[in-house]
Amino acid sequence: MSIAATKQASKTGWVAGLTLAVLFVFSLCVGVDDMPIIRLFSDGRALELLLVSRLPRTLAAILTGAGLAIAGLIMQTLARNRYVEPSTAGTAQSAELGILLVTLLLPSASLLFKSLAASAAALLGTSLFLMTAHRLPPTQPFLVPLFGLVYGGVIGAAVTFVAWQADLLQYLSVWTNGDFSGVLRGRYELLWLGALMVVVAWMVADRLTIMALGRDASIGLGLDHARMLQLGLIIVSVISALSVVVVGMIPFVGLVVPNIVSRLMGDNMRGTLPTVAVSGAILVLGCDILGRLIRYPYEIPVGTVMGCVGGLIFLWLLFRRPSHV
Amino acid sequence: MIRIEDVSLRHGQTQILHDIWLTIPKGGITALVGPNGAGKSSLLSLIARLQPLQAGRISVDSFPVDTTPSRDLARILAILRQDSIVTSRLRVRELVGFGRFPHGRGRLTPDDYAIIDQSLQQFDLTDLSDRFIETLSGGQRQRALVAMAFAQGTDYLLLDEPLNNLDMFFARELMRSLRRIADENGKTIVIVLHDINQASAHADRIVAMKSGRIVADGTPSDLLTPKTLQAVFGFQMRVETFDDMPVVLHFR
Ligand SMILES: Nc1ncnc2c1ncn2[C@@H]1O[C@H](COP(=O)(O)OP(=O)(O)O)[C@@H](O)[C@H]1O
Ligand SMILES: [Mg+2]
Repeated sequence: MSIAATKQASKTGWVAGLTLAVLFVFSLCVGVDDMPIIRLFSDGRALELLLVSRLPRTLAAILTGAGLAIAGLIMQTLARNRYVEPSTAGTAQSAELGILLVTLLLPSASLLFKSLAASAAALLGTSLFLMTAHRLPPTQPFLVPLFGLVYGGVIGAAVTFVAWQADLLQYLSVWTNGDFSGVLRGRYELLWLGALMVVVAWMVADRLTIMALGRDASIGLGLDHARMLQLGLIIVSVISALSVVVVGMIPFVGLVVPNIVSRLMGDNMRGTLPTVAVSGAILVLGCDILGRLIRYPYEIPVGTVMGCVGGLIFLWLLFRRPSHV
Repeated sequence: MIRIEDVSLRHGQTQILHDIWLTIPKGGITALVGPNGAGKSSLLSLIARLQPLQAGRISVDSFPVDTTPSRDLARILAILRQDSIVTSRLRVRELVGFGRFPHGRGRLTPDDYAIIDQSLQQFDLTDLSDRFIETLSGGQRQRALVAMAFAQGTDYLLLDEPLNNLDMFFARELMRSLRRIADENGKTIVIVLHDINQASAHADRIVAMKSGRIVADGTPSDLLTPKTLQAVFGFQMRVETFDDMPVVLHFR
């Protein structure tokens, strides 16, 4: 990378990191029970609230946002298409199906076990999606996301049908619409596994960039293309499934964040991956704070807020002229 | 040395390659010519283990391509596929840098940076090195891809129609660069060419394919005769000699 590009990248990194730090502090202070951070040392109840609720909620938002943005980036790499992401192409819906079936068959299963089942289902669903997507003609790039929408829609419909049959419909929104209001200490820690996946992704960033060059180029450079595909699938599935199980699915993060970062910084993932993760965290945490503020003291779930905000950003991305830096 | 023994390939019912025997000694430029669909790309992709070997044996420097670990092969053999497209937003220097991947698996040493710079220079890309690939012209892109293959630093270089999209100036430049690295660095280059006169001017040896078979094989002056050309391409063309180099007049 050139000196100029590195400078710009590190500037973007600083801005993103600082923004996230500000949001982090702000998120700790905002909620139904107003709690200025100064009272922390004089009021024991304030510290308790912080540790049991506010801090876990804030961390959950950051972990989910970073994870989903990375999952989107990797999914786009695997499908070689910029317009797919886990929440629209069947990964999230498969995870929902997995957790729904476990809830039905083994109601007493632990959260970890449910996460495993959801991950396995997501893996299966995403593999099927990719296998089919790779058969679509590359000359028609919009077929892949379109197919993803239909595919995800069909699985989503199956989920609704099963839930309806089993009288579990009221449960369903817990998984399909992301919401951090229920996050407490002891209920979100699984998300750190997602963070682990982000670290794994960063370790193999060069390989992911090479994968984006296509199968032949990857093999030519001595990359085990099939194994990288499997690893990518696992990362995408685990992150998406954890997000579905712990907070519910949040749309658009995996779509808009990687696309914006790609326009600003390019696709060399060694350089862009940290920015993608931090930006995803900013977007999700920002939307969660927004959801807490709009109808204060009532809350709007982050999934709903993101549906609007993310959708608008996506439209802007589509209609903006592509930049040619 | 690349040794191809009794190699056949079929896709479903169609036989693409028929019992190919070919030995390409170390060093020098071998041009692969022949009409569209002759099987040139298929043969190159088999040598470069991009598709599984169905029948026969292929080895590069006595490493069998189907059993040697892919990462080891990537240090002795580089391939540029026909119609390679880069959809990623990478800068020219970054793309060329990925040619070094087989050596450090992602970690670039000062030596790697020197090789990257040299590759950029070799293919006249230094001024373009900070540009995103998508902003380049077709010919500039093609040069960036060749530079990437060159940066891989392998003894063997397989290039499938690298002159596509290049103007006369850069087609000549690229062929001269290849000639230079073959002569000075002892590289073995196998190149698919459609411009038969480029093959005549720069190749040590021409191998002609047709319908999945090798139909002629020899030095440019041996091979470029009206009779052989007619057998390969199916029409009559005149051949003249200038400065000891056969020139094929295939335009009319
Ligand atoms: N994946 C494939 N499936 C079926 N047929 C193929 C495939 N790839 C190549 N072919 C056929 O193999 C023949 C040789 O193709 P190719 O090696 O690309 O020829 P060349 O590079 O000499 O133009 C052609 O007839 C082509 O249609
Ligand atoms: Mg070809």
